[in-house]
Amino acid sequence: MNPTKTAGTLDISTPSDREIRLTRVFNAPRKLVFDAYTKPELLTRWMGVMPGWTWAVCEIDLRVGGMFRYVWRGPDGFEMGMRGTYLEITPPHRIVSTESFDQKWYEGECVETVTLEENDGRTTLTMLLRYDNEAVRDAVLQSPAATGMEAGFTNLAALLPTLKG
Amino acid sequence: MQHATLSSPQLDAIFAALADPTRRAILSRLASGDASVNELAEPFDMSQPAISKHLKVLEGAGLVSRGQDAQRRPRRLEAKPLAVANEWLERYRKYWEANYERLDALLEELKAADTPKRRRTRGK
Repeated sequence: MNPTKTAGTLDISTPSDREIRLTRVFNAPRKLVFDAYTKPELLTRWMGVMPGWTWAVCEIDLRVGGMFRYVWRGPDGFEMGMRGTYLEITPPHRIVSTESFDQKWYEGECVETVTLEENDGRTTLTMLLRYDNEAVRDAVLQSPAATGMEAGFTNLAALLPTLKG
Repeated sequence: MQHATLSSPQLDAIFAALADPTRRAILSRLASGDASVNELAEPFDMSQPAISKHLKVLEGAGLVSRGQDAQRRPRRLEAKPLAVANEWLERYRKYWEANYERLDALLEELKAADTPKRRRTRGK
């Protein structure tokens, strides 16, 4: 294989029972990361580009209340789609949106908060996913500070090796 | 795919159970062997009912079961649900790692494209 030394480490944690948080550092200013997340011509270059899968639809209406629509086409023409609505957009710092899949992997919707912090030309990206209908409501009402703060910070990945017998 | 198919109520219950530090500590303790409620309560500055409450959550998530001994009713760690949760997280991790490595490459490209547009006053 060809391991890239520049690639940052992906940190995954479950800060509460309904949340998953991903954190990753990128060696680029956050303006570029923001663009890569919000411009279809850039997003389609990296997200969900798996072997055998191609982008079928990528529509982004980047304004509060605007929708996004992603569809990937897989082997045998199977399509997987997701959609969502933007709840908050603060370029190049924060994007909050709902998201739900056409195939119901889980009940209700999910609220995704992407935060970009820049330091010395490097960007720390945090993606917080909060699940459930009730959670959708809470997240909208409470503001993201509340969702991320209560940190019992379960690092399941770190916990599991100690539990394996 | 990214929100893999295992995201079921069971998985929710597992993550909910794991979100609490006391319950994680209980699981760590049980990983080294079965224990009664009393034995589990010992290292924590907590009442037995409080510990029992945590155990109920863990049992509800299928992470802990009760042993046969009617007197002690020892609690036992059930490793399988954890393995399920771990598998889900690992798949999730792989998916996003792959995404972000592609994003790394794209960002390098964007940086390179960005440079000539700026005034080249800096040395590097």
